[in-house]
Amino acid sequence: MIRSDVQLMLDVKEGHDASFDLLLQRYRTPLVNFLYRMVRDVATAEDLAQEVFLRVYRARRQYSPTAKFTTWLFRIATNLALNSVRDNRHRKMEISIDAPADEDQAPMELPTREMRIDEHMAERDRAGFIRRAVASLPEKQRVAVLLHKYEEMDYVEIARVLDCSESALKSLLFRAYETLRVELAPLVSQSATPRVGEGRPS
Amino acid sequence: MKCEDVSNELIAYLDRRANSAERRDVEEHLAACADCRTRAEEFRKLWNVLDEVPVLEPSLGFNARVRQSVAAKPRRNWFWWLVPQPRWAFSLALLLALSVWMARMPNTPAVAIATEDEDFNAIKDLGVLENYDVLTKFDALSELPQAPAAKPDTPTDSSPAPDDNGGM
Repeated sequence: MIRSDVQLMLDVKEGHDASFDLLLQRYRTPLVNFLYRMVRDVATAEDLAQEVFLRVYRARRQYSPTAKFTTWLFRIATNLALNSVRDNRHRKMEISIDAPADEDQAPMELPTREMRIDEHMAERDRAGFIRRAVASLPEKQRVAVLLHKYEEMDYVEIARVLDCSESALKSLLFRAYETLRVELAPLVSQSATPRVGEGRPS
Repeated sequence: MKCEDVSNELIAYLDRRANSAERRDVEEHLAACADCRTRAEEFRKLWNVLDEVPVLEPSLGFNARVRQSVAAKPRRNWFWWLVPQPRWAFSLALLLALSVWMARMPNTPAVAIATEDEDFNAIKDLGVLENYDVLTKFDALSELPQAPAAKPDTPTDSSPAPDDNGGM
């Protein structure tokens, strides 16, 4: 019998580390993917996912199943990802301010960890185009789309993660998908018309 | 229902999370509005497009790194030194107990008097130790090993100097 997330987390609270391993196995891929789509760097995404699991483990004694485990998990992940994105943006701004003003010079390479060669190649293809479009959404819209489309979370859960009302979330999702519809218009127009029941997030 | 009103319910309608009343309202609007019908169609296509992004697998060492970080001690906060530590508490208690014990000890003048008494006892027999006759007849001294015979060219003096025995 498959134990629920809440049951596993209560086991962890009681000191059963094997249950923590099951949660790790269950959520490592969704979490790393969510964080990668937020920060667009594999190494950073893995570092942040590691930090999420660490925070979950350290908070095990205070855990009480008042909400879904995934709400808690992705709320931590969202906060860490947004902080990382803001820190990174700030760092990039500092670099561009400190860079020499000589326009003849080649553009300054950012200190990266940020992109590996295979990531650069991926950027050139279709998936890269889609990722860029999602990444260019405003932060809250991006989180809403990722949790709705890829994590298949329900509206109540996503609203809790984003700390907003359900109606505000619906509006946020509509605006996000509307932006993506325009940004990805070349791909959308090529896409075959889905049959009834296809093309829904969950 | 206007286009602006339907927009908020359109996503819930398309992902089949809208309730029956909301569904009916949206369907009525879509039947009458070609723009919203097109938008709804393109949203469905968009979701298919978004599915094209491949899923990333975490690296091989990911689980091991998580387990390692979980097993490691938590880092100290900047205010850790404000939190009472058992070792500090024990040291302070010990210091306090020592201070109380020291405070209850007798005063130093008593110690000074005792020292004067000891000094008096030490020197009261000094006259005896300086008396040569007493020392030569002292039995315990006769048991000491005899000094080797003096060389001929050195001045002989069989009797030990009072200083040698007195050592004072």
